[in-house]
Amino acid sequence: MPEILSTTPGLYPLPDWAKEDLRGLKGNQKEDLVSGTESAEIAQTYGTLREELLEQQETAGLDRVVEGQARWDDMLAHPLAVHDSVETRGIVRYYDNNNFYREPVVTGDLTPDGDVAAELDAAAEHTEGPLQAVLPGPYSLAQLATDEQYGDGAAFLDAVATFLAGEAEQFPDVETLFLLEPSLVTDPPETDDEHERVPGALDTVADALDTEVVVYPYWGALGEKLYAHVLDANIDALGFDLVSAPDESVSNAQEYGTPADVALGVVDGQNTRVESAETVRERVEWFDSQTPQNDYSRVYATTNTETFYLPVNRFEEKLDALATATQLTEVEA
Amino acid sequence: MTREQFRPPDHDNDHFLLTTVVGSYPKPTWLHRARDRYEDEHSDFDEEEFQEATNDASRLITHEHERAGVDVLVDGEMRRNEMTEYFAERIDGYEFNGPVKVWGHNYFDKPSVVDEVAYDEEWLVSEYEFTAEVASGPVKVPITGPYTLARWSFNEVYESEETLAYDLADLVNEEITALVEAGARYIQIDEPALATTPDDHAIVGECLDRITADVPDDVRLGLHVCYGDYSRIYPEILEFPVDEFDVELCNDDYEQLDVFTEPRFTMDLGLGVVDAHDADIESVQEIKRNIKRGLEVVPPERLTISPDCGLKLLPREVAYEKMANLVTAAREVEAELDSGTVDIGAPQLTAD
Repeated sequence: MPEILSTTPGLYPLPDWAKEDLRGLKGNQKEDLVSGTESAEIAQTYGTLREELLEQQETAGLDRVVEGQARWDDMLAHPLAVHDSVETRGIVRYYDNNNFYREPVVTGDLTPDGDVAAELDAAAEHTEGPLQAVLPGPYSLAQLATDEQYGDGAAFLDAVATFLAGEAEQFPDVETLFLLEPSLVTDPPETDDEHERVPGALDTVADALDTEVVVYPYWGALGEKLYAHVLDANIDALGFDLVSAPDESVSNAQEYGTPADVALGVVDGQNTRVESAETVRERVEWFDSQTPQNDYSRVYATTNTETFYLPVNRFEEKLDALATATQLTEVEA
Repeated sequence: MTREQFRPPDHDNDHFLLTTVVGSYPKPTWLHRARDRYEDEHSDFDEEEFQEATNDASRLITHEHERAGVDVLVDGEMRRNEMTEYFAERIDGYEFNGPVKVWGHNYFDKPSVVDEVAYDEEWLVSEYEFTAEVASGPVKVPITGPYTLARWSFNEVYESEETLAYDLADLVNEEITALVEAGARYIQIDEPALATTPDDHAIVGECLDRITADVPDDVRLGLHVCYGDYSRIYPEILEFPVDEFDVELCNDDYEQLDVFTEPRFTMDLGLGVVDAHDADIESVQEIKRNIKRGLEVVPPERLTISPDCGLKLLPREVAYEKMANLVTAAREVEAELDSGTVDIGAPQLTAD
């Protein structure tokens, strides 16, 4: 068996005290959401919350620790929603979920602004654990936004990728970077040109950091053609959503191979039913056994989606299950 | 047709554009305070006192709808905290684990299905009976549909959301049967989740077949689906066993109206003519223009006038003014129809 590391894609649910305090401090209307220029009191609340989320992961024993992205009111659209060159307009649906975010409309140059780097700097001060950065992938972030600056899809994707690369360059030392790319599954490219642009955009971000880069699509499996293109990117690991699409995931990995490492979504980020550590382990081993032609050096075991969909009690139980799973020996499992 | 029974006895015009609301309405601030006190374990505000407050609110808001002149009334769902939670609290098989994010700092207590669902206590019969007693006109009962109850829950035990939705549909049927026995003649099934996942329209159709089994013909059944890409569920929804399809078209200025013209729309159309998410109050003139857009799809005898969606997110005085203007506009369009000065663009149906 390869080395198994427990982690999560971040975007954590807020504990009840933080829900209440932040709603009180910020309000619950569209114009009250984070802008990147929060008051000292709000920033301090997020600081306290960040420390709590880090401690929670360390206590659970996860092998990678994320900042938690509690500030990301607009979920994966956050890095643009707080940007000076972006106007946030109406509330729009977040994928096929009963969740909504402010539509970010890019109206000026996307120069890196260090918002995510500042969060990671703060996290790095409060954890000894191996830190994992989380960003939306360039394809998904471009899909979530509206462009009124760059004019065409290719130029916009390039601009978003360059912006994310600029953000990543400012990061403190991190062990891993997860690039969340659900739109590759939910809104895949259509033309040959659009397919070909995907690995280039991923490379732009991946090359900005000398660290392990995981591209993490979810809510299904990549189409075969897109899968083959994604493998052309210079990435260290690719994600598979084994909750939504176990068989198609295996089929892609069998047919086309994988990068050296894989990230397996083995715990459901959108259901309160809690998987046992043994189940987590079995799902990882199942994927490994189904793809014997691939010799993985490292497998990340994670939830299949961001985790803010969960109530806090079940979220905590799922963190524990993931952390415990990687501590089980094969014999125990 | 099921709609003539709702024409008020003193209706002035020959034409009758049935006016109603989708359901929810802003709660009086004092009702929120009463609930807070009732839920505060350190408070001595008891069940009986909270019940009295809720009854007062129901009476007040029903009368507020009457004052606005709405033909078919609801009580603004004063007893319901949220459209999934309220029902899940009354159905065996559900449990609650705590609030989850909807957007920003808005949360809802999304329930989990942890066992086979079963009918337990009644859902809406006492709400209906109370409202019908205090109302001077006919009353509509909005009820959350099984597909939405399934989609907006965590499904821990069923093989799929589809099978869960069918089991819930049987429970909705049980409740509707009880409502009909209690005298309800107008029931609106709310399926906002279909707007999110329109490809599941066949599941909603199968649910509706189960829900409407054995419902008498004189009971008017509506289906409300919130704003979404209606072209993805049309014309399939025409096969649904309901009398009326209620849509949210005002908020993007009827961009999607054409969806319902090809093929020809064969149900009654419930048309949203005021925006439920914008606090600007539409003028009577503007609402009349909106109503006339509906006449491009159906003739007046098949047009129902309502707000786009539940009004509960608006300030209460804004919600009231929107309803009052909506009714005034409908009555003025009826008078114009009577005098023959309005063009009806909709194709005439042959007998069906």
